[in-house]
Amino acid sequence: MIKKGILLLLLVGFVAVIGSLLINFTGSKELNPLARYYAENGPAEVGAANLVTAVVVTYRGFDTLGEVTILFIAAAIVGFLLKVLNADNGRPNKLRKTSEILETASTLLVPTIFMLGVYIFVNGHLTPGGGFQGGAVIATGVMMIILARPASQFNHKLISILESVSGVGFVAMGVLGLILASGFLNNAFLPLGKLGNLLSAGAIPIIYVFIGIKVGSELTGILNSLKENQNEI
Amino acid sequence: MAHYLTLEFLAMLIGFMLIVIGLWGMITQKNLIKIVIGFSLFDTGLNIVIVSMAYIKNSTAPIIDKAVDVSQAASKVADPVPQALVLTSIVIGLGVTALMLAYVLRMYREKKSLDINSYTDLKW
Amino acid sequence: MSIILAMFLGLAILVLAITAIYHKNTKVAIIATGAVGLFASVLYLLLAAPDVALTEASIGSGLSTIIFFYVLNKIRHSND
Repeated sequence: MIKKGILLLLLVGFVAVIGSLLINFTGSKELNPLARYYAENGPAEVGAANLVTAVVVTYRGFDTLGEVTILFIAAAIVGFLLKVLNADNGRPNKLRKTSEILETASTLLVPTIFMLGVYIFVNGHLTPGGGFQGGAVIATGVMMIILARPASQFNHKLISILESVSGVGFVAMGVLGLILASGFLNNAFLPLGKLGNLLSAGAIPIIYVFIGIKVGSELTGILNSLKENQNEI
Repeated sequence: MAHYLTLEFLAMLIGFMLIVIGLWGMITQKNLIKIVIGFSLFDTGLNIVIVSMAYIKNSTAPIIDKAVDVSQAASKVADPVPQALVLTSIVIGLGVTALMLAYVLRMYREKKSLDINSYTDLKW
Repeated sequence: MSIILAMFLGLAILVLAITAIYHKNTKVAIIATGAVGLFASVLYLLLAAPDVALTEASIGSGLSTIIFFYVLNKIRHSND
């Protein structure tokens, strides 16, 4: 009872601090100077029609490198915590039977889902999208394969090799930008092209392809180590 | 009172409400999975607060195509920098939630209980 | 018009969040968390951020719910 009272007091104090921040909030009428610089000079310097892509990959590209590192560490720790303790524990593996609707629908839908994922991260510099969204859609397609055929095994070594190669490729593109153009992850060493074409914006499509493959294989690895016929806890 | 009824104020209010509900759930619930659910709600609310700071009155999405020309981009477009930060934050939130759930699985393997009051090894 | 939609979304998010914390059945709580992510994605679209709405709908509402249900399944099936 006393503990509940103290917790309630803590929450009231927190709400008072938040409330004093909220009362004085008025929206802005025009862009602040940093955003104005990005909006005016972004299409000319970077060549991408999507301003958020230009900010994520080129202007604040170092933050994307940090995010890719954090995702890699999280996937590695999940794989390490849930590894197989004992190879055979004498219990028969009971897998549930899947319905026929799911099996038939998955043979039609899975190639479409993979194609949608590849489309989203190849067109990242023209329409809303990019590497992270495309990688998540690809992981959802793999999830549908796991649901429709529970006995399928994914080669864990292949997924790790794919993920490591994409990560090294992303850093290699950044170092190429350092050598051939003026800074790390600068995309001006390939031709900038006309605004709105598919082959424009220098090296941004190649960078996004590497990020998309890396995020997709990482999320597949996390789902793979949580599957039901593996790593009995 | 009229300046409280704008879109960005309402969105920030929704975000802060989600933060308070998530924090309350993390403190008072006993089930381990409910604690992780509270953390996920906290993360969603925080992202709504950050995106609501990027909205300019009567603006449109920061993409240059037939609707927004190159020359008038600076006057009709919302702020792209907080949107880029939130893109990163959502993906990292998923990674941390997956990590917390892996820890819940290992804790369940040790003591076979999902109640947080039964893990008293570190109490004084 | 968009203000009325934002108020309706806010009410729905509040009710779903309280359901997610206080309901006895864990499966209903996980589905309510997924629904909060879905309504937040529509709110992002009202705030002129289509990139963020796509990311929240695919990662925050889709993959997060799947991972929760996988973990619940492993806990439930290790009891027999």
